[in-house]
Amino acid sequence: MIKESFRETARAVGSTKVNAGDYYLATLNDGDTMRIVDLEGNQAADTLFYAAQDPTVHYSASNTIREQGNLYLTAGSELRSNENTVMLSIVADTCGRHDTLGGACSTESNTVRYDLEKRCMHACRDSWMLAICEHPEFGIRKRDITHNINFFMNVPVTPEGALTFEDGISAPGKYVEFTARMDVIVLISNCPQLNNPCNGYNPTPIQLLTWTQ
Amino acid sequence: MSRKVIDPHYQTSLSAGSHWSFKLRRGLALKITDELGGANVGMVLYSADNLLERYNAPDTLKCQHTFHLTQGHCLYSDMGHILASIIHDTVGGHETICGNSTRDSVRNAFGERDYQRDRNSWHQNGHDAFLVELAKYGLERRDLPANINWFSKCVIKKEGDIALTELASPPGSQITLRMDMDCIVLLHTCPHPLTVHTQYPETHVRIDLVDASPVTSDDACVNHCPENRRGFDNNYLYHLGSV
Repeated sequence: MIKESFRETARAVGSTKVNAGDYYLATLNDGDTMRIVDLEGNQAADTLFYAAQDPTVHYSASNTIREQGNLYLTAGSELRSNENTVMLSIVADTCGRHDTLGGACSTESNTVRYDLEKRCMHACRDSWMLAICEHPEFGIRKRDITHNINFFMNVPVTPEGALTFEDGISAPGKYVEFTARMDVIVLISNCPQLNNPCNGYNPTPIQLLTWTQ
Repeated sequence: MSRKVIDPHYQTSLSAGSHWSFKLRRGLALKITDELGGANVGMVLYSADNLLERYNAPDTLKCQHTFHLTQGHCLYSDMGHILASIIHDTVGGHETICGNSTRDSVRNAFGERDYQRDRNSWHQNGHDAFLVELAKYGLERRDLPANINWFSKCVIKKEGDIALTELASPPGSQITLRMDMDCIVLLHTCPHPLTVHTQYPETHVRIDLVDASPVTSDDACVNHCPENRRGFDNNYLYHLGSV
């Protein structure tokens, strides 16, 4: 569902550009809002959320999909935890559909999906590994790296049950915005994937804007 | 040298609302039979060598370009290995995205869980069932990935709407998993979270452990897609040097 934001960029309290292949790790307080802008189009922002008070509570794709009865995320979606509590709400979306089935790329899955000799190419889960090692203060460990959201990714499932990574439906400047319903840790890998045509083999930067309540 | 096995090494059965976990070694096959029909068997798998390596639904689905799991598909870990392969399936599709029933969802559907009153017929839920089994290996809720719900199938409608297929599993439905790595397997027989039953289901699930035929170059799971051939190449490397 396309829903434009009423928030003015001039009133944002934070603005961070994250290049492809880098990570973002920070707390978003209850009531605060973050916008991810797909600056150049068809990028994937691989995102995980954790409860700041207890990171053993994390985003759950299963609970989110089941409770909304739909595979795709868009404005109006409530992002649920492994305790089935609402962690965040998507409050604006100019892209229209985001994936939470396909997971994040990893060096290991790259060997399976593309070629055994791709094993040393950069991948989202490696960015997350570096993030949690450089910031142990968040209490996130490898065991907490779970099924994520791929903002701006288009992974449709056909009625016959086929799952495909289609060309993106995002475009330069499209954005998605979510409001925290509890204090959350936001962990994003801006996807470095060079093997998937869905980003035109061209990973590009994203912009993160934040507003306080 | 092949060994012909007529009788299973081990056989047991689980009634509805049960949970269990065990280690299965590579080369065994786990045959699960829904004897009465309408069962749901929740399952997650962990590498027995390293519990941080576990079943990964997204990698499993995207590596094989499928939303449903059926014969010919492999179950991938988050580390690019194949934990197990589906070598036989009479249902034709099982789901791995809807997660578990919870204490709340079971209470809303069937009434309060009350062991004092109901004893073995208590209304156990899938989430708590997994928590109990996880704790036995030093694991906890953070370690629970999206599980498989064997014998439960989802249908995808327009625009991504999902619903549970009614009567997906007739009596006698069966799946057989070949273990391709040594695994800790957690399973439960609690109702599916989207169950349409109005009474807590009475089901009977039989478990048989048998020897699996060795993986050969013409194996249907290996040859299902180029991705699976590379997955088995990763398993080859993983087991290199082991007896």
